[in-house]
Formats: sequence, structure tokens, C-alpha cells
Amino acid sequence: METKEAHAENPKKNMLTLFYQFRELGLLFFIILLCIGVQIRNPSFLTGENILDLATNTSILVILSLGMMIVLITRGIDLSIGAVIALSGMLTAQLVAANPSINPLLCLLFGTVIGAVCGMVIGLLIARVGLLPIIATLALMNIFRGLTFLVSDGEWVSSYQMSDGFVALAGGSFLGINHLIWIAVFFCLVFFYFLNYTRTGRQIYAVGSNPQSAAVSGIKQGRVLLLVYTIMGGLSGLCGVLWVSKFASAQGDTASGYELTVIAACILGGVSIAGGSGKLAGVLLGAILLGILNNALPLLNVSPFWQNGIQGFIILLAVIVNAIVKRRVDRTHLLRRAG
Amino acid sequence: MKKFAKWVGMFVLVCMLAACSQGAPESNGASSNTDDGPKKYAFVFKNTGNPYGEKMQEGFESAVKELGGEVILRSPDQPTAEGQIQIIEQLITQKVDVIAVAGNDPDALEPALKKARNQGIKVLSVDSAVNAASRNIHVNQANPERIGRVQIEAVSEMIGGEGQIAVLSATSQATNQNEWIEWMKKELEKEEYKNIELVKVAYGDDLRDKSVSETEALLKSYPDLKAIIAPTTVGIAAAGKVLTDKGLEGEVALTGLGLPSEMATYIESGVSPWMYLWNPIDVGKAAAYTAYELGEDNISGELGEKVDLRDLGEVEVVEDGEGTQIMLGDPFKFDKENINEWKDVY
Repeated sequence: METKEAHAENPKKNMLTLFYQFRELGLLFFIILLCIGVQIRNPSFLTGENILDLATNTSILVILSLGMMIVLITRGIDLSIGAVIALSGMLTAQLVAANPSINPLLCLLFGTVIGAVCGMVIGLLIARVGLLPIIATLALMNIFRGLTFLVSDGEWVSSYQMSDGFVALAGGSFLGINHLIWIAVFFCLVFFYFLNYTRTGRQIYAVGSNPQSAAVSGIKQGRVLLLVYTIMGGLSGLCGVLWVSKFASAQGDTASGYELTVIAACILGGVSIAGGSGKLAGVLLGAILLGILNNALPLLNVSPFWQNGIQGFIILLAVIVNAIVKRRVDRTHLLRRAG
Repeated sequence: MKKFAKWVGMFVLVCMLAACSQGAPESNGASSNTDDGPKKYAFVFKNTGNPYGEKMQEGFESAVKELGGEVILRSPDQPTAEGQIQIIEQLITQKVDVIAVAGNDPDALEPALKKARNQGIKVLSVDSAVNAASRNIHVNQANPERIGRVQIEAVSEMIGGEGQIAVLSATSQATNQNEWIEWMKKELEKEEYKNIELVKVAYGDDLRDKSVSETEALLKSYPDLKAIIAPTTVGIAAAGKVLTDKGLEGEVALTGLGLPSEMATYIESGVSPWMYLWNPIDVGKAAAYTAYELGEDNISGELGEKVDLRDLGEVEVVEDGEGTQIMLGDPFKFDKENINEWKDVY
């Protein structure tokens, strides 16, 4: 795994790196085919307005997938993010309802801090107490969800209680492009730099691909894990604010089950659930594929009974294509080694 | 604050006990001579501090007073079956004549309510039903046929009786919504709606993100769409948000069923000229009239009986699973005029 990363960083583009990139090309190819298919059935699919709508609706998924990617790379998983979204969204909505004049950017910060604190609790349980990520986050998922119902008393915060400035956070646009898209692009750039060009970013891969040798080489694993879950929590908190602003409503069951969509986007994008590998471009494509499905299926005018089935079938197909390409890559890898 | 509430609660209880002991000889007399003294009508809601429940109690109280009965309004602090059971036990001791209850659990109240019925107390459930063995009758807040038909009447008025319309529902399996949509389709068969075309029934699954995607898809697939009917709160609010974001108010009309709080913004802005939901005051009143008829032995909750709901019309007792129920008529209309007073209620 580490040799792979070493090769990927090698500026000399040899055969192997081309093959590794091919894997994402496979997904891209699949997405293009899907787009052509949808466009034939409904010509309004590839219009400027629809593409913007699609991108806006996929932005939150992209931001969350970035966080989930680094969690998965460290061999972890975070099931609590849907609940963190709900909690931070609800608290922020209540804050806005109580102080309508509050600066919207302050709301973003408020939600992010709440999420980061939630993430830090998870990180401490995993890094210091040594709980399994799936158990720790499952428990906290229920705790955070329960907290959301507790602080909201089961009541919703509705759009009339929210200030225009707050709703404009996710509803407004800059240069004709929705704020959500800008925020997602910003985080993609930050993560690209963070994962590829910073020491901490490389340490995340090291911890995930081989914890023992990472420890031997002096990487403080606990610190990396704490950081990863805190980042995931912070992003979830931020997305909670954006979610509530986008739909102009906060309810206790906001984003319930959304963690599975995010994990699916990562796995589709080629992130290994066994840790150690995963690339930003792949995750981005995975999230976009899910975004396209959510946007295109209603446009296809198929029976709702078929919709879920078709969605599952397409995901399965994408994963199979990925697996075949990966097998071929691995075989080439072995052949090269033998040679 | 909680302590204070407890003291107040105890004070009220003491007062009630006092009232009870004073009234004891009277009610003893009443059991032998039923015409003596006003009858006692109790209403047990799910929990205190619920604005929706308060409106329902308001309706119940005013209707009972108008009929000359005595009203007892009781609710537990928390929406639990245990709290309601305690209250029902107390009401049995108080020898009330009728208990109306919005059940926190369909089955858990059965022992307490059966005990009440064995002592000759009439029981009806309102809003959320208790099981058939625990009640004489259930008062259902909605008549599916009227809900469906009223939506089409509204949409026809909004778009001038001509154009394409679409429905944005909850899940494709949702029993309530599917029944309403069936009635919408039946209403559309009428001659006066021949120029209205229902192009699609979309399902947002009561999820915000899916409802948004489905609304966007409707707008793109049917550029001439004139109106959307969304008979579900999450759906109608999500559609309202999409129409607002796309600046389509006045071009695509929106109506359906939704919580006034969720819809206030969109009704005030005109995106949805008006929409519907049941009115808790009317539900409370209907419960009171039904309780009165039960208390006076005018009805017993059998199939086919007629219940006189005064200004809400006369309704027939119909089947509901193993038990019976009555259904209220038209849903209540929320528009620019009244949305402000309702948005804080529920």
C-alpha cells in the first residue's frame, strides 16, 4: 500500500500510475454512460439549471464524504454523522429563532464548533479508551439523536422563525452559483492540499495502511485518530447548519440514516473499508454518482416501486465495474513485481 | 419552575378533592336520579403545554359549556400512557359521566378505560385512537373523501380550472395519502375539471432532500405545470422552498396539507395561496358534542347511528378496524388572513 502511495507521488508517470488512475477513469466512464442514458430519456437533464440544481443538492454529500474518507482511511467508520447534523442544525436553528439578528457566519461557526465537540468526544473514546469505532459511533449516534429530541422537545423550528440572512446561507448564490457549491469546492481544495502535501495528511494514510509500522516510525496514532474524528464532527456540524438553512426547517429526525449514503459515496469512490487507501477524486466521483441518481431517477418517470430497485442496481453495477478494474490493476501490479 | 408547577398541580388537586367532597352527595343523588345536576365531561389530552392540545381543549370546553355540562380538562406532564392511566383512575373516582381521551398508546390504556366503562362511564377517543375494546367510539379529525375533493376544488380555483397539475405525496405506501389521492382522482372525473390534467404523482418519502429533488424534477419534466398538491407537511414545505428559491410564485400554485408553522412563510409570500389541515378547535368541539350524545344515551357508538355535531353538521358512525368512528367534514383552510394566529399554535 505504501509503495502505491510512493508511486503516486512519483512525478515520473510510469505505467503503474496510469493504471491506478484508470480506476477512477472507470467510474467516470460509467457516470458519462449513465448521463447519456438519462439525457436520451429526458432532455431536460443536461440543462444549465438542472446541472446547478444537481450540484447544489450534492454539495453537502461531497463535504461529508471528504470527512468520511479520512475516517475510513484510518480503518474507522463514523455512524454518528446524521445525528450530529440533526443536533447542530437544531441548536443553530434555535439560536437563530431566539436571536434573529445574529450574523449568519457566526451560525456556521457555532454549528461547526458543536459538531467538532461531538467529534472530539468520539475521537477520545476511540483513541484514548480504545473502543471500536463502529460501537463508539453507534452508541453516540443514539445519544446525539436523543439529545436532539431533548433540546427540541419534539418541536420543529420552521422557516418563519428563521432570519432571511440565515436562509440565504445555503439558498443564496455568488456569481450565479449557489453558496453550497462554493463551500464544497473550497473543502475539496483544502482536502486535496491537506492529504497530499502536509505531514499530517500523509500520517493519516500511514496509520490506516499499517498501524504497527506507523507507530514504529514515531507517528502518534492517538493524535491522528482524534484529529480525524474531530474533523469529521466539525464537517457534520457545518453541514447541519447548511442542511437546516437549505430546507429552512429543523426537525428531530433531520438527516436520519444519511450516514449510510455518505459511506456509500466513499465506498463507490474506491475508499477501502479496510483502511489505508482512498483518493479524493474517487470520493468526489462516488458522491457525484449518488447525486446524479437522486436527481435523475425522478426525471426518468419510472414507477416509485422501481426507483429503489434501479438505484440499487446501478450502484451494484458501478461496484462490479470497479472491482473488475481493480482486479486487473492488481494483476498487472503482480506481473510487474515478477518481472 | 418545575417545583412551582408541582405546587400548582397539588393545589388544583386539593381544590378538586374539595369540590368532589362537596359534590359527593349531589352525585350520589345523580346516580339514582339522572336528571339532577350537570353531567361531568372529562377530556384527557396527551400532555400539558402542547399548543395543538390546548386549542383542542379550548374547543371541547366551549362546546360542553354551551350544552350546560361541567368540564374537567386534565393532561399528564409528559406524553406517557402511565400519566394518562393515573388521571383516568382519578376521573373514575370523581364519577365523571364521559371521558374523552387522546391516547398516548392505543393498548396501554385498555385496563383503566375498561374499568371506567364497567362503572358506566362512556369513553371516546379523539385525534389518536385507543383500541376498540377501550372505547365506545372514536372521533377522527379528517374525512378522507372531503380532504381529497377539497384539494381539487382549491387547485381548480387557483389555476382557473385549466392546466397541468401534479401531486407530491409522502411514500408510495402511505395509507392516508393514497386514500386522499384516490379521492382527488375521483373528483377530477367531474365534468367541470375536464381541462385539468393530473400529470404525475411523485413521492418525496417525507424526506426533505428527496421531496426537493422530486419537486425540481416535476418543474423540469412539465414546464407548463400550473399547480402542485402536496398532502403532507414535509412535502408541501419542501415544495414551497423550491418554488421560493426558483422565484415561481404566481406561476406555479401550491396547496395541500401542512402544519401552519411550517407553511407560514410560504403562505405569507403567496407561493401557496392557501392550504388545509384539520382545526384542533373543531376536533375538540366534535369530541364534546359526541361526548354529550353519549352521555345523554342518544347514541351508543353502534354502526349506522347519526351524530349531531351542531354547526359541524351531522355525521354517520362508520367502521374503523374492529371499532367504530365518526369523521369530521371539510379540513380547515389556512390563508394569509389567519396564518399569523395559527403559526405559533402547531
